[in-house]
Amino acid sequence: MDPPPEPALTVDKLTVAFGEKVIQQDVSFKVAAGSIFAVMGGSGSGKSTLLQAMIGLLEPTAGKISVGEEDYWAATEERRAQIDRGFGVLFQSGAMWTAMTVTENVALPLRMLTDLGGPAIDALARVKLALVGLADSGELMPAALSGGMTKRAGLARALALDPAILFLDEPSSGLDPMTARRLDDLILDLREGFQVTIVLVSHDLPSLFDICDDGIFLDGDTHTAIAHGAPKSLRDNCQHPTVRAFMHRERAPADGAAPEARRRRPS
Amino acid sequence: MTTGASASPSGHGWNSAIQGGTCTVAFTGDWVARTDGVDPQSADRILASGARALRFDAGRLGHWDSALIAFLFDLRAAANDKGVGFDEAGLPAPARHLLGLMAAAPSTKSLLPTTAPPPLLERLGSWTLDRGAEFAQGSALIGNLVLRGGLSLRGQAAMRGGDLVEAMFDAGVAALPIVAVVNVLVGGILAFIGATELRTLGAGIYVANLVAIGMVREMAALMTAIIMAGRTGGAYAATIAAMQGGEEIDAVRVFGIPVFDYLVLPKIVALTIMMPVLYLFGCAVGVVGGLVVGSATLGISPLSFFIQAQGTLTDTQLFFGLAKSFAFGALIAIFGCQFGLRAGRGAADVGKAATSAVVAAIVGVIALDALFDVCADILRI
Repeated sequence: MDPPPEPALTVDKLTVAFGEKVIQQDVSFKVAAGSIFAVMGGSGSGKSTLLQAMIGLLEPTAGKISVGEEDYWAATEERRAQIDRGFGVLFQSGAMWTAMTVTENVALPLRMLTDLGGPAIDALARVKLALVGLADSGELMPAALSGGMTKRAGLARALALDPAILFLDEPSSGLDPMTARRLDDLILDLREGFQVTIVLVSHDLPSLFDICDDGIFLDGDTHTAIAHGAPKSLRDNCQHPTVRAFMHRERAPADGAAPEARRRRPS
Repeated sequence: MTTGASASPSGHGWNSAIQGGTCTVAFTGDWVARTDGVDPQSADRILASGARALRFDAGRLGHWDSALIAFLFDLRAAANDKGVGFDEAGLPAPARHLLGLMAAAPSTKSLLPTTAPPPLLERLGSWTLDRGAEFAQGSALIGNLVLRGGLSLRGQAAMRGGDLVEAMFDAGVAALPIVAVVNVLVGGILAFIGATELRTLGAGIYVANLVAIGMVREMAALMTAIIMAGRTGGAYAATIAAMQGGEEIDAVRVFGIPVFDYLVLPKIVALTIMMPVLYLFGCAVGVVGGLVVGSATLGISPLSFFIQAQGTLTDTQLFFGLAKSFAFGALIAIFGCQFGLRAGRGAADVGKAATSAVVAAIVGVIALDALFDVCADILRI
């Protein structure tokens, strides 16, 4: 049997708080290289806050985040900037730079962070856009893109520097099921092609079941991870009432069992 | 037979050999986009060998990323254009997968940079049509202002009194400090200019005339308008443009709330009412600024200064200044709202709307001021 792959990212006893308000505490997990790892949980469970800590936007109160073997937050600012270049991030809103065309959005990281010439940068940007199916949309301004196209453009930009780890924040939010499915397929294809590690923050159940190999479930009440495992496995095997309710789209345990009458619509 | 090669000091490269019409492209070393980039000429050099088919050898290929994909993508597109076969079998499986993704992409020609800009005549035509559309939009806004403003006077518009008071506070009381500072300085500057020349003629007391007429006829209205164009006109444009971007205006519209009454009318009415008030305030503090300088440089007593200033001013001049400031206030507010409503939905559009509103308002104010002065000359005011 092959040994398990080295973790690309390790989170160890992480605590994130804003002053007295604890968002997450004692969260630990390992993201295997080449896997698609899900950070799951309901709205307000701290998924995006955890993501911010992982991508260097929010310094944790305690605990450690290691990229490969290196402690990210113990590194100097310059070193952290170097590590960041190995990250690609797709923001929930797409966060495209609205003053630039789609191609310029993808090309900007290459222009700012490499010594490549203009033709090479243009060629790489066009390839990234072709990979996400936006070959014909490079000259458009971000405001002219649909929701699905914005996500794809954001994904192309996230791939600009050929990252080792790709962070995707709610990639399918706001998309219709067919567009979300196409985006899921694209994420799988890009993982297959670039062998990239993907951390996916989502509460979109079909996406989680379809594409994720592993994950954690964050609980907004206890402010920590209450379950570890692949989303499908958690759906089928986890007995924790909150996780079960989430995975089966039921009412939360705290809300109490819904009376039968409430569920029935008047005829 | 070796037909071509490309290599960098790091070992990244390719070489091609043709045998029996099939060209084998062998990769060496690491292909990392960030450091090695992409050579756009490679495809042409490989195909120049006259091969009828391409195959690949990735045996000595090291680590690779999109540099290899970009190379293969260009090569495949060029091969397809020339009818040369492209056998992907020798490529790493992930690379084949990524090329497969791009196979579904539209034709490679569409990936080339965009075509040349349209001809001059076409651009001139579009520019003229755009300006025409802007003029029409501006006219519609003024028409709306007259119509809805009239209705609001009869209590039939949807403008809320609270919004109007808030806008008046923002455009009036909140602007007093900056209006005071600028007009005091302008009054002082006028006095300095006058003192320098009039002292030599022994007519220092006429500094009061210069300051009073200068401020009341011209400078208080003009300087206050320029300040308000930057401060309030720009803020109107930025606020409305940001609301466009956040779909806030759409949210107002879908409720059936008249956007003009709710958002535009209070701003225009507030600034139009407050500008004459600010003008009067500007005149007063400007004269005080002139008085301070006149006293300090020429030893004119405050009482003499006031009596001299009062004697030179007429009601006509004051009304002339008031009329100007009223028109300037309306102009600045209309430009601010108009550029905000026309803005796109991006962050950059907010900046563009604010800049355009400020520039247009300042130019408009100065042009209108010149027009007023021409009229005043004709009417001998």
